[in-house]
Amino acid sequence: MATVALSRTAAAPRAVARATGESRAVRWALTALALVFLGLMLMLPLVLVFTEAFAKGTQAYLDAIREPDALSAARLTLLIASIAVPINLVFGVAAAWCISKFEFLGKNLLITLIDLPFAVSPVVSGMIFVLLFGAHGWFGPWLSDHNIKIIFAVPGMVLATTFVTAPFVARELIPLMQEQGAEEEEAAVVLGANGWQTFVRVTLPNIKWGLLYGLILCNARAMGEFGAVSVVSGHIRGETNTLPLHVEILYNEYAFAASFAAASVLTLLALVTLALKTAVEWQQRRALAEVAEAEGAPERIDA
Amino acid sequence: MSIEVRHLHKAFGSFVALDDVSLDVPGGELVALLGPSGSGKTTLLRIIAGLEPADRGSIHFHGEDATDQPVRERQVGFVFQHYALFRHMSVFENVAFGLRVRPRAVRPSEAEIRDTVMGLLHLVQLDVLAKRRPSELSGGQRQRVALARALAVKPKVLLLDEPFGALDAKVRKELRRWLRRLHEEVHVTSVFVTHDQEEALEVSDRVVIMNEGRIEQSGTPESVYEHPATPFVYGFLGDVNLFHGRIDQGRVTIGGSELDAPEWADVRDQAGLAYVRTYDVDVAALPTGSASMEAVVRRVRAFGPIVRLELTLSDGERTIEAHLPRDRFEALAVTHGQRVYVSPKHVRVFAGE
Repeated sequence: MATVALSRTAAAPRAVARATGESRAVRWALTALALVFLGLMLMLPLVLVFTEAFAKGTQAYLDAIREPDALSAARLTLLIASIAVPINLVFGVAAAWCISKFEFLGKNLLITLIDLPFAVSPVVSGMIFVLLFGAHGWFGPWLSDHNIKIIFAVPGMVLATTFVTAPFVARELIPLMQEQGAEEEEAAVVLGANGWQTFVRVTLPNIKWGLLYGLILCNARAMGEFGAVSVVSGHIRGETNTLPLHVEILYNEYAFAASFAAASVLTLLALVTLALKTAVEWQQRRALAEVAEAEGAPERIDA
Repeated sequence: MSIEVRHLHKAFGSFVALDDVSLDVPGGELVALLGPSGSGKTTLLRIIAGLEPADRGSIHFHGEDATDQPVRERQVGFVFQHYALFRHMSVFENVAFGLRVRPRAVRPSEAEIRDTVMGLLHLVQLDVLAKRRPSELSGGQRQRVALARALAVKPKVLLLDEPFGALDAKVRKELRRWLRRLHEEVHVTSVFVTHDQEEALEVSDRVVIMNEGRIEQSGTPESVYEHPATPFVYGFLGDVNLFHGRIDQGRVTIGGSELDAPEWADVRDQAGLAYVRTYDVDVAALPTGSASMEAVVRRVRAFGPIVRLELTLSDGERTIEAHLPRDRFEALAVTHGQRVYVSPKHVRVFAGE
């Protein structure tokens, strides 16, 4: 049995090649094209970021990222992400929960609305908040009367980031939870569990990989967000500057090495995100395979 | 603990799932809710459990109104068709779940939980698999875990939704005998939903037959099988042949043959439906009386103790089925395409088209 399976896998590529009838040259050409494209569009910029960052030596690099404005930008980036991500964690789980476990009026509207931040340009997202909370916006006069500053301040940046990153967690969880259905939760409730116990003991363990995956993507976008944050930030150095904005400012001031040094920090963050994402995907696939195996297991006679 | 269901109504949009359903399940009985899909049986079970709210009507456990009681306070055991085991927990933790989620004041100690769970796993003969994950078990084993889990909270009533529906025929047969034995051991009031008439008749103390949101008949397996109250029940329990005929003064005419129907002595020339069980159709080489109908053998399935014949009646081209005991079949020696005479030994007649 094992040998049969092995020889089959070994034969598979050849069989495919014969079936599609492409010549060796065409296959080589297509593969080469894909690799060249990947190299030019993805690998080259990656390498470039780091070479440019270290263009003036390691000391200049370290100075650039240890400079007070850079540190303040990094701190603000972390602060915004640490507020926006938990908000979207709660919102995403709540939205996915009610969409997948209940039937209610306006459900389809909610599903569509969740995607709105993906559909509109980030600049427009930022503009929305300026129109709402800016000096001449709807709530502007009331806010200035009460001495509350949202636009060109940290609260506005948090709002904009939260808005832009809202779909990630919900998008990841909705299909997962819909597929799992509500039976396990029903079983838990019948057995006497309350809502919180059901969520923590039954729902959460079933969605943990999907949730983590959504959070990683959400975090990556929250830290990297440029458009919406740029509109509401006001670019005040050391105060309302995040890392992506800092990169732009330095670049506009022709401080290329420093700019790329800051960019390299963001790039590193992206690489870490990719590694985490791959690890989580791998875990998730394993969990899913386990479930699939469980559901497709042959019945045995067992009395 | 008895269950009383009073005048339940339930609709999903325009679809009426339950239409004025009342039902009594005496304490300690094992009752089967039998019906085709869409008959409302699962909805009734879920309303009893509290998983679904009723539009109108009430549920009582042992005389106590439980209609507005939340699911988690009803103390029912529920077994799902697809097991609904907690996939990330071991078999042991699945069974222990109902005990672990109790408020601290009434939660048993770790040692008590261990004893209860292992006792139940022993009861369902799965104690050696306590550490396994549900994914490592067969379907039959999983359903037994689900049962042990439901019993762990000492439920007042046990509700089973098509418990063997997802299993193959052989495992199903074994599990249903096993459920019967278990019920005799534990003796908790149990209601199980099934669309399999054989399962309902074999396992239960009482069968409740449902159709289109209503209860058609309820009674012991023997009584519903021998005395079906409605055409639906007759058609649903066992294999039957249906004839359209006319009733007139205690006689029913089907095609060219006439049969006695003494219970319709007062009726004059009215349309009627005659039901004949497949094993009540006699087959002979020659006409045997006024009830005989000429037919041609279309198909013979001669395996096992019962031989199934498919016959086409000569008048009307209608197909009927006859089940003969093997020795009778061998004495007749009928073959494919042969002309024979069939006559119903018993017929049950209902008025109507």
